[in-house]
Amino acid sequence: MKKEITVTINGEKHTATVEPRTLLVHLIREHLRLTGTHIGCDTSNCGACTILVNGKSIKSCTMLAIQADGKEIITVEGLATTEGLHPIQEGFKENHGLHCGYCTPGMMMRAVELLADNPNPTEEEIRWGISGNLCRCTGYNNIVKAIQYAGAKMRGETLPSTEPEFV
Amino acid sequence: MIPAPFDYAAPMTLAEAFALLEEHGDEAKILAGGHSLIPMMKLRFASPEFLIDINNIPGLSYIKESDGYLRIGAMTREADLDHSGLIRSRYPIFTDASKLIADPQVRNMGTIGGNLAHGDAANDHPAVMLAMRAEVVISSSEGQRVVPIDEFFFGFYMTAVQPNEILTEIRIPVPPAHTGNAYHKLERKVGDYATAGVAVQLTVDGKGFCTHAGIGLTNVNPTPMRATRSEEALVGEKMTEEAIARAAQMAAEDCNPSDDLRGDEEYKRAMVGVLTKRMIHKALERARS
Repeated sequence: MKKEITVTINGEKHTATVEPRTLLVHLIREHLRLTGTHIGCDTSNCGACTILVNGKSIKSCTMLAIQADGKEIITVEGLATTEGLHPIQEGFKENHGLHCGYCTPGMMMRAVELLADNPNPTEEEIRWGISGNLCRCTGYNNIVKAIQYAGAKMRGETLPSTEPEFV
Repeated sequence: MIPAPFDYAAPMTLAEAFALLEEHGDEAKILAGGHSLIPMMKLRFASPEFLIDINNIPGLSYIKESDGYLRIGAMTREADLDHSGLIRSRYPIFTDASKLIADPQVRNMGTIGGNLAHGDAANDHPAVMLAMRAEVVISSSEGQRVVPIDEFFFGFYMTAVQPNEILTEIRIPVPPAHTGNAYHKLERKVGDYATAGVAVQLTVDGKGFCTHAGIGLTNVNPTPMRATRSEEALVGEKMTEEAIARAAQMAAEDCNPSDDLRGDEEYKRAMVGVLTKRMIHKALERARS
């Protein structure tokens, strides 16, 4: 009943033997020990388990590992390079885009696809774009700013101020 | 939460998928986007013994107009509808609906065929299909049959698709000139099912009289529901405020909502009335532009 699958995660090929019922998030966290991808609600509501599969953001608690056979996966561990942080990581760091950090990996992976589709989103487009990711700490304002910062950096523009907003 | 054990195959052709369906009968379920089926399997509401994943079968994802129909492949993702230029410019009702379905990640996976074949009156596409008088193409090893949308929904999670069949295409008659359509649902938060939803498609003539009307309702009846009396009340009428209010009132009276966390029956009827009125206005505006 178990089947062998091969997935490329963050540029590295992995072969694993899985039961068809193994969820993709469990393959990533438990078989491959990449624990940056979180499990939140486990019901495809909260977005904490968001990763990229062939460039598309998906909720890895609601995809079977076996469905990812032959696919290219990027998790939060794949964002930074030897050159430094990915612009979206830098945005979250500079703009205080997190408090507890639980939603952050999923939020950043979603933002990566959002900015790939729409390099210069409006605030409203960002808020709709992250509507499948829940954050219970920040109130979202600094997450929106973090994504705006990353967008500006990726477009090569002058970076917006990162002074925290007190309201 | 982990689903009960099952076996799995990902055929590369429809013929292989049909052979697997013949072999496993109603123990098998088709896996499309999986965003209704996998959560149900995790909650153990569903425990199919065999999953036939049709994501690797080429040729089931397209949006095109031909022979007087808009044809949408069953495996077309909600995100594809959202991004399609043809849909945006000629069929705005789909953009209305697809942006309200779940959230961006779910729309990257969820398919239009799955949304219909799941047979859930809370899903959004069924009402849209009723308003547009769609036809559903159902395929099996014996060939294809075309089922009008009014004969597609049988009951809770039950549709015209038989255990040996796969829904492969949705066909929508290309609307005549001066047609407009619109969909909206009231939802408590992003990703929730509709408290109530209303889809409207109208055609008007040069003098402002309604020549065709389609009205579908979401999540206010055990099955997706056509507001037949409202449609009949509009056709042949001049689209005055009174005519619109009367049709909206009929939809509110004729639906069969149940009390739940999203509201009681009275509230939902009231919302069906409000949404029907608003969607008629929006469809009219689009018909005239």
